[in-house]
Parts: sequence; structure tokens; C-alpha cells
Amino acid sequence: MLTSIPAAKEKSAPEANVSYGSVTELTTQIDTPGRKVSNVNVQDRTTATPWVAELQAIKDRQDQTAFAALFEHFAPRVKAFLMKSGADAALAEETTQEVMATLWTKAHMFDPARASVATWVFTIARNRSIDAIRKQRRPEPEDLPWGPEAEPDQEDALALQQESTKLAQALSELPEKQRILVERAYFGDLSHSEIAAETGLPLGTIKSRIRLALDRLRHAMG
Amino acid sequence: MTEQIKHHLPDELLMSYAAGTLPEAFNLVVATHVSMCDDARARLAEYEAVGGAVLETADEVELSEGALEATMRLISSRAKDPIKTIRTSSGVFPKPLQDYVGGDLDSVKWRRIGGGVKQAIVPTSKAANARLLFIPAGAEMPDHGHAGTEMTLVLQGAYLDDGDRFARGDIEVANEEMEHTPVADIGEDCICLIATDAPLRFNSLLPRMAQKLLRI
Repeated sequence: MLTSIPAAKEKSAPEANVSYGSVTELTTQIDTPGRKVSNVNVQDRTTATPWVAELQAIKDRQDQTAFAALFEHFAPRVKAFLMKSGADAALAEETTQEVMATLWTKAHMFDPARASVATWVFTIARNRSIDAIRKQRRPEPEDLPWGPEAEPDQEDALALQQESTKLAQALSELPEKQRILVERAYFGDLSHSEIAAETGLPLGTIKSRIRLALDRLRHAMG
Repeated sequence: MTEQIKHHLPDELLMSYAAGTLPEAFNLVVATHVSMCDDARARLAEYEAVGGAVLETADEVELSEGALEATMRLISSRAKDPIKTIRTSSGVFPKPLQDYVGGDLDSVKWRRIGGGVKQAIVPTSKAANARLLFIPAGAEMPDHGHAGTEMTLVLQGAYLDDGDRFARGDIEVANEEMEHTPVADIGEDCICLIATDAPLRFNSLLPRMAQKLLRI
């Protein structure tokens, strides 16, 4: 397992004492020069729970400035993902706008104890791309009998958000060859054997590099 | 819906499901298995987290001018998504499979393929195909090898294959090298969901003729 996400409770990293105070504290009015209407603390993205406050602000009071900040960060990444998955620029642009609109209309369903905002955006973009580019249905697993309407446990949420930040850090520190292969496995609509055919590397090499990369990520996650 | 699962999904397939690169028929088997297996659900969350990390660290492509405003207009034309009421299925089939079949086991339109064995095609995109297979208790599946990858998920009963027993929730993945003759366990009729990305190669003439007619 990579990060033992749902059971991350026992790990109380020192930062965990920084009160999540969550959403209320993170979204308290802060005088941010250059940003007019927002109640969102824009410092948040460098802290333990990136983008959670913005999403909460959209959910609580349809905060357009918070949405603009999310858009500025995620829309260009989603568009890059869609283009690598086979969409031309026009389709990628249109689909990105739909993905970002879905962030707004589904903001109340985001559960910070289950995924980081980046992971949530990734799954929405992935599903839209299967639908719009590959013209397929995307069967999703049955929901567990707990849902987004239950208040997420704040400690769980903080632990998960911290692990996600650590994971992104670990990914960026992988050796180049391994990092590129992990990226290609996710961005590009190719199976592992198709990556092998395209790169001219044997399938065994592809598989062992991906395995090595995942082992390193697991190790980094402790 | 959690089972005592002994045969798990290989990481490569779970990772590809998280990445969204599998054909639809395989996605259906994975989604159905994950609905029955907490271990697979936790591993899937990890692979999706890797996807989130890739998104966070990957390149960016500029959007066209006015994209944010266009998105805001799109939002105002849409209603807020209702909170989904959590439905867990109580039938034999987990919810993703029920969605494809249009109901539970009693909605399946079986076709007999001989020896008491029945099958029903589950329509998906063409890159791979999915079908439900009904094998009477104690009966044998036709002897077959594979040209590609075959995933088999047990939904009811159990089958024996080369010394291993596969029961509800268990998953078996076979590839080119493998030839096998699964036998349904005595005691209960066995029902499986099977996805293949290439036609099976049956080892006798009759099933090979049947193969074209029955799309297996």
C-alpha cells in the first residue's frame, strides 16, 4: 500500500497540532491586498490543506473569487491532461470548462477526509475525458454507506491532506526516468504495453520502472 | 458489501483503472470488484492520489481568453448537483453491474451455449467485451486458452481452477500463456463476470464454430 490513506490517524505528525480548525478558521476574513471580495485566506495553498478552503467557500457562499483562484491553478493542468489524453485544443478547452463547472456544482460533495482537491479534480477530469474523448461510460464502484453528508473527521481530513502534499513532493523528487513513466501511465491514454511499444523499451522494463517508482513513493510516505 | 476475498486484483490493472486507460469492459469488472473488496478500494484511493499528485506536478496549457467567464456562464446555466443518496445494492450484483444489466440477476437474458452453461453479453465499447457466464454446479467450462487478457470475477458460487478455489468477490486474471479448464464447485451454480480484450481460443472445433455465433 502506498499511503494507508483511510487509516492515517495514528500518525500525528508535529504539524498536526497546527489546528485544522478547519474550514472556519481557514476561511475567516483576512485582509488580502489585491484581492477584493474573497474571504479566503490565499496563503492556504502553501499550508497543510491546499484548496480545501476555496472549495468550502464555493460551497458555503458561492464565492466567485475563490473559484477564480481554483480555476487559475487547476484549469491549465486539466487542459494539459486532456490534450495528452488525445483531445485537440478546442475539445480540451471545452471539456476543461465543463470539468471546472463540475467543481462548482459538486463542491458540496467533496470530502477532505477522502481525497485531496487535486485528486478530486483528477478523478472528475479523468471521467469527463473517458466520456468526451473516448465516448465510453465510466462504471464507478458502489458508494460505501457513509457519504459526504456526514461531517468529515477533521483529524482524518488533515492527515489525508498532508499525505497528499507529501506524495506530490515525493513524486517530483523521483528519478527522471521513473517520474516520466508514472506521468505517462496517468496522462496519455496508453496502457503499459502501449507505452512499451511507443518507447521501444521492453514491457518488463516499463513495468519494473513503474514498480520502482511506486516503491519509492511508498518509502517516502513512510 | 464486503466479502472474504482471497484472490485480489493485480496492481497494474488497479493503477490503469485509476488512470482511466482500461477498456470499458475491464473498467466494469474492476468497479464491480472494488464494490465488493475493501482492500481494493483502499488501494484504488492510493492510485487515484498518485493521479492527483501527477496533476499537481504536470505541465500546464494556457486556456483561451475569457475561459473563466465562459465557465461562470456554464455554471449559471446548470443546477447544483443533488446530493446523491447512498444506495448500496442488496442483490447478487453490486451497483455498477446492475447499472449495466438494468437490474439484478433476475433481469439477465441468458442464452444457452451447451452443457447447461449459459451466457449473456454485457454491452460495452468494442475494445474489449464483457459477459456473464452461468456454469451449473459441478460442470466444466470449455477448455480454452487466451489471445489477450481475460479477467474473471465470481459473483455467485465458486469455481476450481488448477488447484485454486475462486469464490464470490475473487478475481482471476489470465493471459496468453495460460490454458485452463475451470470447473464450477459442487454445491451452487456459479455465476461470473468475464472481460476479455481478445477472443478466447477454444481447443476443439465445435466451440470454435460457436465462438463466432456467440461473440465470445
